Amino acid sequence: MVRIVVDVKLKPEILDPQGRAVLGALGRLGLSGVSDVRQGKQFVLTIDGEVTDEKLAQINHIAETLLSNPVIEDFTVQVQK
Amino acid sequence: MTARVGVVTFPGSLDDQDAVRAVSIAGGDAVSLWHGDANLHGVDAVVLPGGFSYGDYLRCGAIARFAPVMEKIIEAAREGMPVLGICNGFQILCESHLLPGALTRNDHLHFICRDQKLKIENNSSAWTRDYAVGQEIVAPLKNGEGGFVADDYTLDQLEAEGRVIARYLDLNPNGSRRDIAGICNEAGNVVGLMPHPEHAVEELTGPTTDGLGFFTSVLTSLLSGQAVNA
Repeated sequence: MVRIVVDVKLKPEILDPQGRAVLGALGRLGLSGVSDVRQGKQFVLTIDGEVTDEKLAQINHIAETLLSNPVIEDFTVQVQK
Repeated sequence: MTARVGVVTFPGSLDDQDAVRAVSIAGGDAVSLWHGDANLHGVDAVVLPGGFSYGDYLRCGAIARFAPVMEKIIEAAREGMPVLGICNGFQILCESHLLPGALTRNDHLHFICRDQKLKIENNSSAWTRDYAVGQEIVAPLKNGEGGFVADDYTLDQLEAEGRVIARYLDLNPNGSRRDIAGICNEAGNVVGLMPHPEHAVEELTGPTTDGLGFFTSVLTSLLSGQAVNA
């Protein structure tokens, strides 16, 4: 069994109002010195059997077309054994 | 003679029946389409209505974009069929890359619901032909993720090519870049709009009847053979 972790985050130039709201809450909770919070998403795909190059290419394609929107988001794909 | 205008219902669509009514009031034949349909039942144009398709899971419109009916609509839109995406429909059109940019969480994080003043800036698209450039209209606006974003190059290009079809007036309700409320593709047949013209077609239920023009425009365009810009 292999886990593939796809992390999706907003591009740096895209405003992240949710991250900003979290940043506001941090201050109220007494955590100082935090200058920025960015919120992202993580997808963990559990794969049965072997992850071939072909399957990894397929997953990269899915990450680019479905799991992220390349207009506003960047993504990374990591294989965890 | 009139035209057949399809209105798609996705799981989670809310405004499909209002869009059907708007098409009928404008004088068109409204045809209900289902998200699982593998053909378009001979419609001449399509409206993607507002709502929360597939629960807005993942990103608004991200899953709807892969619905069987969307594969056909994307194909037909590229060949010039008029398509209007309202609110969630606009989000689906951006996710489909039929329109540039994306719609993101309102900058103030609140869901907004108000009667919004707009200025029409393009009356050469298939869906805005019956308006005058500079005309001010009022239509309901209701969204949580209506902030239109695109890079500066894309925004400059949209403005230079006259593809901003409407802008917010008086106040920017959601943080949209350059007050953009709606845009169209290069050919003018695909239009995305965040406010809801289908809720402004009857005096009894709408703040105005200003929205009717979008639905009469597409009939004008189809019947005069001007669905796509020359």
